[in-house]
Amino acid sequence: MTKLPKKLVMAVMVATICASGIYLIAADHADAPAVTGKTSDITDVYAFQSPTNASNMVLVVNIQGLLAPSATAAAKFDPETMVEINIDNSATADNIEDLVIQTTFENGKVQVYGPANPIQTGLKSTLINSATKVEGAITAYGAVPSITEQSGMKVFAGPRDDPFFFDLGQFKKILATTATGFNNPGTDTFAGTNVMSIVIELPKSVLGTGSVNIWATSNRKM
Amino acid sequence: MKNSLNVLSLVAIAAMVILSSCSESEDAALPVITYQQEDQMARPAINTVFVTTGEKDMFNQTIPSTGVATWGTKFNSRLLALNSGYTTNLLGLSSTAFTGVLAADVLTASLTKPTTFYDGTNVLTGRKLDDDVITVELILIFGGPTNALNPTLTDDHVDANDKAFLTTFPYLAAPF
Repeated sequence: MTKLPKKLVMAVMVATICASGIYLIAADHADAPAVTGKTSDITDVYAFQSPTNASNMVLVVNIQGLLAPSATAAAKFDPETMVEINIDNSATADNIEDLVIQTTFENGKVQVYGPANPIQTGLKSTLINSATKVEGAITAYGAVPSITEQSGMKVFAGPRDDPFFFDLGQFKKILATTATGFNNPGTDTFAGTNVMSIVIELPKSVLGTGSVNIWATSNRKM
Repeated sequence: MKNSLNVLSLVAIAAMVILSSCSESEDAALPVITYQQEDQMARPAINTVFVTTGEKDMFNQTIPSTGVATWGTKFNSRLLALNSGYTTNLLGLSSTAFTGVLAADVLTASLTKPTTFYDGTNVLTGRKLDDDVITVELILIFGGPTNALNPTLTDDHVDANDKAFLTTFPYLAAPF
């Protein structure tokens, strides 16, 4: 018996998943065809006051969702993918970014630039490589979290348990009208799966005053 | 006269060379690296729930400042397709007002108030790891003005993560 070429096995697996139609989509996991299964697929965004310092904000962007534990050690941040946190802190709340925090993954490390004014706004982003840069290790699967503390910021990048929870399976049945409601208790579709996380803690004072509007984008090097 | 002109132009050329080499050396130290957007997200499940199958890539190529113009009407149709009996929700928002908020996909984060998706008092002031955001969204879509309607649709009965969060940075639990 000859071994099947790896590429063929992969192709068959992908075809099987597509044919069965079991796309698992939720918070923003695999939300659209162009990003599903890619290193740029954002799953969730969080923004909350630091539980350990009321003067700080914690920003989280998770990507590459639904990683099985067996697939997590091999999961990697992509040097071609830059994850950007956009911040509108204008008084008019015009939803145009006034500050950006850009995260890259070059040379096996994580780099966080900013927050600083963007060089351009909109669908294209230019690396703000003249801004403050914090660089640190990416935490390996199973390792103790590597926390980089520099310039008033804390940075973590590496695999984590997916914090999102939802009975997506039952919701899909409701949408397909094969069920009329949720079960009690429900089943967490995301139980036991991992994501690649970027966690940044920084002083609220560098973000703005009052309240800010935040969104995350993933961006591919041109 | 001719000679002095030549000297002047030489000085001018030399100045240009020096100036341009200065900017060139700055360029060399800091290359211009440009990226093209692929995915975008703020509030949970917006693309998943409110955008129809053929337009999900387009949603990720919409900047939030044009979200209402691009998606407002479409989100309203989608909301009424999900819940044809929609009148207002727990926030007192009409269907157009509610979908108008959602179509500009940004996550508001308060720098002064408690940060939460919804805690009974504060609404959309952030998103904590343990916020039951899906149940909040189900209540706002299906629950009607007092959250008394469609009781089987307003809670998925998955109320918490499957792993405890950490009390210290990076807060998210270790992977499985």
